[in-house]
Amino acid sequence: MSKPLSFYRSYFLSKTMSFLRRRNGTDSSKTRVADPNIKKDGADDDDKKKDQYKIPQRRNYGSKKWSCWDNCCWFIGFICSIWWFCLFLYNTMPDSIPQFVTMAITGPLPDPPGVKLRKEGLTANHPVVLVPGVVTGGLELWEGRHCAEGLLGKRLWGGSFGEFYKRPLCWLEHISLDNDTGFDPPGIRVRPVTGLVAADYFATGYFVWAVVIANLAHIGYEEKSLYMAAYDWRLSFQNTEIRDRSLTRIKSNIELLVATHGGKKVVVLPHSMGVQYFLHFMKWVETPAPRGGGGGPDWCAKHIKAIMNIGAPFLGSPKSIALHFSIEVRDIAALRAQAPGLLDKDVLGLQTFKHLMRMFRTWDATFSMIPKGGETIWGGLDWSPETETVNNSAKKGTDNSTRNTGGNGNICNTKGVNYGRLISFSKDWAETHSSKIERVDFKHVAKGDKLTNSSNCDIWLEYHEMGNRAIKAVADHKVYTAGSILDLLHYVAPKLMARGASHFSYGIADDLDDPKYDQYKYWSNPLETKLPNAPDMEIYSLYGVGLPTERGYIYKVAPPSDCSIPFQIDTSVDGDSEDSCLKGGVFSGDGDETVPIISAGFMCAKGWRGKTRFNPSGIRTYNREYKHAPPANLLEGRGTQSGSHVDLLGNFALIEDVLRVAAGATGEDIGGDRVYSDIFKWSERINIKL
Amino acid sequence: MSSLRRRKPINESSDSKHKAEEEDEDHDDVDADGDDDVNGKNKKTPSKIKKKRGEKPPKQPKWSCMDTCCWFIGCICITWWLLLFLYNAMPASFPQYVTEAITGPLPDPPGVKLKKEGLEAKHPVVFVPGIVTGGLELWQGRECAEGLFRKRLWGGTFGEVYKRPLCWVEHMSLDNETGLDPCGIRVRPVSGLVAADYFAPGYFVWAVLIANLARIGYEDKTMYMAAYDWRLSFQNTEVRDQTLSRIKSNIELLVATNGGRKVVVIPHSMGVLYFLHFMKWVEAPAPMGGGGGPDWCSKHIKAVVNIGGPFLGVPKAIAGLFSAEAKDIAVARALAPGFLDNDIFQFQTLQHVMRMSRTWDSTMSMIPRGGNTIWGGLDWSPEEGNSCAKKREKKNETQIADQAGSENAVCKAKSANYGRIISFGKDVAEAPSSDIERIDFRGAIKGHSAANTTCRDVWTEYHDMGFAGIKAVAEYKTYTADSLVDLLHFVAPKMMARGTAHFSYGVADNLDDPKYKHYKYWSNPLETRLPNAPDMEIYSLYGVGLPTERAYVYKLSPHAECSIPFKIDTSADDEDTCLRDGVYSVDGDETVPVLSAGFMCAKGWRGKTRFNPSGIRTYIREYNHLPPANLLEGRGTLSGAHVDIMGNFALIEDVIRIAAGASGEELGGDQVYSKIFNWSENINLQLDEEIPVHSSS
Repeated sequence: MSKPLSFYRSYFLSKTMSFLRRRNGTDSSKTRVADPNIKKDGADDDDKKKDQYKIPQRRNYGSKKWSCWDNCCWFIGFICSIWWFCLFLYNTMPDSIPQFVTMAITGPLPDPPGVKLRKEGLTANHPVVLVPGVVTGGLELWEGRHCAEGLLGKRLWGGSFGEFYKRPLCWLEHISLDNDTGFDPPGIRVRPVTGLVAADYFATGYFVWAVVIANLAHIGYEEKSLYMAAYDWRLSFQNTEIRDRSLTRIKSNIELLVATHGGKKVVVLPHSMGVQYFLHFMKWVETPAPRGGGGGPDWCAKHIKAIMNIGAPFLGSPKSIALHFSIEVRDIAALRAQAPGLLDKDVLGLQTFKHLMRMFRTWDATFSMIPKGGETIWGGLDWSPETETVNNSAKKGTDNSTRNTGGNGNICNTKGVNYGRLISFSKDWAETHSSKIERVDFKHVAKGDKLTNSSNCDIWLEYHEMGNRAIKAVADHKVYTAGSILDLLHYVAPKLMARGASHFSYGIADDLDDPKYDQYKYWSNPLETKLPNAPDMEIYSLYGVGLPTERGYIYKVAPPSDCSIPFQIDTSVDGDSEDSCLKGGVFSGDGDETVPIISAGFMCAKGWRGKTRFNPSGIRTYNREYKHAPPANLLEGRGTQSGSHVDLLGNFALIEDVLRVAAGATGEDIGGDRVYSDIFKWSERINIKL
Repeated sequence: MSSLRRRKPINESSDSKHKAEEEDEDHDDVDADGDDDVNGKNKKTPSKIKKKRGEKPPKQPKWSCMDTCCWFIGCICITWWLLLFLYNAMPASFPQYVTEAITGPLPDPPGVKLKKEGLEAKHPVVFVPGIVTGGLELWQGRECAEGLFRKRLWGGTFGEVYKRPLCWVEHMSLDNETGLDPCGIRVRPVSGLVAADYFAPGYFVWAVLIANLARIGYEDKTMYMAAYDWRLSFQNTEVRDQTLSRIKSNIELLVATNGGRKVVVIPHSMGVLYFLHFMKWVEAPAPMGGGGGPDWCSKHIKAVVNIGGPFLGVPKAIAGLFSAEAKDIAVARALAPGFLDNDIFQFQTLQHVMRMSRTWDSTMSMIPRGGNTIWGGLDWSPEEGNSCAKKREKKNETQIADQAGSENAVCKAKSANYGRIISFGKDVAEAPSSDIERIDFRGAIKGHSAANTTCRDVWTEYHDMGFAGIKAVAEYKTYTADSLVDLLHFVAPKMMARGTAHFSYGVADNLDDPKYKHYKYWSNPLETRLPNAPDMEIYSLYGVGLPTERAYVYKLSPHAECSIPFKIDTSADDEDTCLRDGVYSVDGDETVPVLSAGFMCAKGWRGKTRFNPSGIRTYIREYNHLPPANLLEGRGTLSGAHVDIMGNFALIEDVIRIAAGASGEELGGDQVYSKIFNWSENINLQLDEEIPVHSSS
């Protein structure tokens, strides 16, 4: 005991001593120069003089003791000083310098579209409504549990993610919804942020709508002519109305916009899931009062000039399947392949993945992204709209090459890829012809024996109730198409899908006049609803192309362990050739990295084109594609020609189109369709009654 | 650790270092204690040999001043980071724990307390922020404001404003002629609850109230911040931004989405006048008004809970408009005469501020209304009579002293002539009216300019007045509320021409006169009727117990180019008459005198009067100011100051109860500390509909 005590004492004393010495630093530097002379004199009787010089020497040498601690201090001080100096310079720098530097490197920048169009004389005309997508909208805390004290009114989602890095479990608890109701758990109220700040930036510096807003402002838009239709993107669409009255608020605000702008109709810009949300809104607003908004059958015709859907997953996105099935997408799967221990093992007992999956599965809204239209749209075992049938493979080779030279995004060689098989268990099953696959039906396999005793899995996942036999049955089915994938999800997560199925539907209507289609669960599915009766309205689909987009997956059964997710993307599987569409267990197609072209483009290219049963009043539709070009250099940030799902909102060409339409142009004025991909050809292959 | 650190230099550096270490150990008991014995003894023999060789001057880097600085900064930084880390790692409840340890257990915030009582969100709530507290952001600017798009020009951190003050002034000013934005500039109010929850970081306005409402279940869908551009005249907010329409639509939405429950409106400061304007606007027919029909208010509004309402204006506004100073500025000027007056760096700060604030039409809504009838004439004022009576009746005084500590904090109003809102010289302020010879300024010719107009870049209309005009103003000697309006018309004709197009300051003789249909009368409670809404309730919640500016002693300032020719005479002091630094004070909340905040609810609207034909019930709730007990309380939970009252727990509790459905009676009716009822009695104002009579002083 005594040793540590003296140890600490000496530590503190030496510290104070060194501090004293430091203060004498400048003094002693003088003595240092003088000292050697004195020492030369008395080199022999050093011992005698030692007493004499005791004090000066101590000072002298003390100052030379340039300890590690001092070095650190000095170094940090030095860095800080330089940093502050730079900061000072940066702050006093005129604002035009960064631009000047950029220009010097890249040549003169093009005017942002807002400035360019203002020079052309465009001014604000139609009020604009922005509908954010999933994930990009901010959420804030209005009432929380004990662990979230002091965070009232702070953002739980978006912004800087505030103080949540400190308490991740608390955050998960608050951001999750109740499993049974699909609403907030009792005692917690998390609500969407309102106003333009809701989704202008997702995190600091990561723009979502900010660029669009800034350019709209250039031609004269301001807060009173812009409206951000923020909603809680975790809830199912109808529940946002039940809990927050979001749909009523949107209706009222659109009416206000029209009234305060002298009757000019609004231009709506939904992005990502906002597209489906707005489809739901249009049906809701014209439905009579108890279930709908009671706006009357011509509300849309009276209030909406155009809907410019950006990156629209009209028919869902295969990505959501992987998310639901095993909470992984390409990026996560690749990460897992590189560092297998990091995500799979329970680092620090956090069970990150499972926590995420549990959270994610409580969000009803994610069900809206499951592919809709089944095999008719997404392809069956042996065909898909993006590929020619196997019989025509000879022809297809030339087809491909012309397409590539024709400027199509040569994402990969689509030859022989069975995109219709959204999930295959092993590469072989993904490639062999359907007649050779023996599939075992899994639906009737009893679940029964549990994987492990579920006592040590505090995390709720329905996988724990499945049992080994069921897992094997799922794997034995080998290949799943868009149709059977729904059965699969129903099988592996019955409770979850029961909740989802009460809010969303994924089929194709045979008879749209069937009274069952009045139910709100069909409203966000374009294949099961009619567009409103608004012949003057216009519908645009603006989306990026030229990026590899997830379209199908190869899965494997994960080595069983406690509390783990039993299925994983098999990242070891790669295609045979360089340009194969199969990489890291994922089949890619053309798209904007999230939404495949077929989902974004089909409705406007075929399903709604002209007067069809889905579009009885003949609303005009336009497809506008934007080819992805990566930013030329780092200074451009996320690029002005990007085609990827979110960065598309900073694409100058897209913004220009949006501005022109907002300023009054029609689809014909901006040049009608603009297509780089084969969306029209693919749409032709889809055999659907119109 | 310590031994490691101490030995490291030995290993890596020259012999002399060794020696130093050695010597330290030999002669410094303190250090020797630290090292273990074995180490010390082992070293002794070799080091003695080395000692002889180590005589050369050391090759050590010198401890220059620079190094010391760096070392010092490094130390500070490390300490800072360490503290920051500790702060971040600290559990969130720690500050509260410390506070509780020092001050004893804190009272529950009202929201928590009332939640325990079982109160729940009921009526949706509408906030109407006041002047200055609402945020403004830039939507389009000149060259100099590049990069500030959608950044806050007003409120928040005042962003990058400090770097370019002139640019900021240019953008914050409005056009002199139109009262709207200058060409090429668009500054717009921030919308949403963030518009006025905090004015600057850490300086709450509505945040405390919002947080407490949230405790009993309020959230975004049941609260609405009626943000508007507080620089514009009220009607212009509709013309430019359609703000009134937006408020109407949002209130309708709130009522519709909350099952038909009417809203509780909570205006603060100038928001009170704005909402008076709104209530007239919304029921007026469509081209000029909102066309909501004659029963819109009774259908949509449960109660209007005015906080710190300057119903009849504030004298502070006069000083602000007349010489761009208030008490604080005048005192600062007295303390550091050179600082504000001399053109430091040619900034001409005050003139710039004056020019800017004079372009804001809304400031003219705060000019005292009701003239001499309300604010008193040359020889009387409502407050004064009362104070004198108090002096005479000693019994009464002790009683009051017991009941309300407020009278102690506020100085005793003995014989001040509050009616004389501006006097030139202290003697004039105190002399009986018969002794004052006044020369009418109204006819005076302005003529030759005070200075050659080189300083025109700072526009104030004083430059057009000339010596004669300035002299004439001073020779009128004393101004009452009536003549003040004339004075402002004289010194700033252009500004007042703009102002009178939007505001009116009189008392209506006959409210049926069709001229009162014009919007300029809508925000004056003495020239409009309340809406026909017998179920509505009107509250006036305000702080008392703080000295509040009520009248000023002015002087002519020493002549200089481009300066403002009038100044508050900060040398004028008088203990007996509440005169301090040239300012006469009365009871109030530091900005709004009790009279302005309380009179309408105490008398003007009480019962069925001609201003309140449907007999809307009115309640006065006063909150006695108590300064925060210690620094930890911040701005206090018992404050009565104009803005800090928004954090007053008693007020918040009242507001929450009203929002949760309580009526005025259930709250306890009036709660009065000041003598507002006595003072109101002194005001002789016609309240019956039938016989319009000129009220006289």
